[in-house]
Amino acid sequence: MKRFLLFVPFVIAVAIGGFSLWGLRADRDPSSIPSMLISKPAPQFDLPSVAGVSVPGFATSDLAGSGGPILVNVFASWCVPCKAEHAVLTRFAEVNNVTLYGINYKDLPEAASAWLDNLGNPYDRIGSDYDGRAGIEWGISGVPETFIVNNDGIVTYRHVGPILGQKSQNQVLEALREAGLSGENS
Amino acid sequence: MNLINVRVALASLLVMMLPLFAGAVEPDEILDDPVLEQRARVISADVRCVVCQNESIDTSNAGIARDLRILVRERLVAGDTNDEVFEYLVARYGDFVLLRPPWKAETYLLWLTPFAIMGIGGLSIAWMLLKLRSKNAASRNRLSDEEEIALGDILNNETKGTNS
Repeated sequence: MKRFLLFVPFVIAVAIGGFSLWGLRADRDPSSIPSMLISKPAPQFDLPSVAGVSVPGFATSDLAGSGGPILVNVFASWCVPCKAEHAVLTRFAEVNNVTLYGINYKDLPEAASAWLDNLGNPYDRIGSDYDGRAGIEWGISGVPETFIVNNDGIVTYRHVGPILGQKSQNQVLEALREAGLSGENS
Repeated sequence: MNLINVRVALASLLVMMLPLFAGAVEPDEILDDPVLEQRARVISADVRCVVCQNESIDTSNAGIARDLRILVRERLVAGDTNDEVFEYLVARYGDFVLLRPPWKAETYLLWLTPFAIMGIGGLSIAWMLLKLRSKNAASRNRLSDEEEIALGDILNNETKGTNS
């Protein structure tokens, strides 16, 4: 019994040390918020089109049954990282034939249409979420955020922040392929 | 001390403490019904702002915190109970949105560890005290009669020696 007790401090030290090592892992982001939507149907919303932009708005029902996955990107003209991400999304739409829908989050229609005129519009549909209510339904914590919805209308992936850098881009493309993306020009 | 100085000091102390009681709630958000507003404040204090993360939505100035404050008030006006409001938020943002983690399988460790550590500490102290007591008891053995006599002789000789 006494011998056994001698090992108790050692065991406690190993447990605390192991926990600390786990907490210090380089790829662990303690501020990342797990999404509630993964493997669940896309939330309910119905967004009108942005005034002055030619593509239509969209609702939950438009996400399912299009024949492939849809990349839903939450963006705003006032969001600087969105501008950086815009080129990546454009390439996804043109090169990888990704169907791209945009949620224009808390943005003035004039500002949004000027922004798209300036940078080009890679979106097949854009819904105006002027009061940010659809953003809350999606559980976003900021802009940009991007979701993948598969042909059954199920959310399969969430990316927080801009899709920049090779690693993020590959992860999103990989997730799109898993969700059934086909017809890439590569 | 001058009474006026004391008053000035107290008044400035009170003014300096004001920010402690300030929420981020803006006048246009406040509900007309004071009971509902009070409930909204209580709920908001326990809802995490998802952008600033370690602030409640009651004290955060972030845009999404304001949206969530308004949402909480809308749900209350629509007749939701406090628990229903929390459920509504958790359905969208997960348990992460609660500043008070719920009691469930994933959080048993979180809630019970402090008590476990206190228990281990308490048991260790009790064990040490018990050991100490038994040690004391062992050393409290009385001297035998012969030893008492010998001790008495030594003490007597000592006192005689110092007196002479």
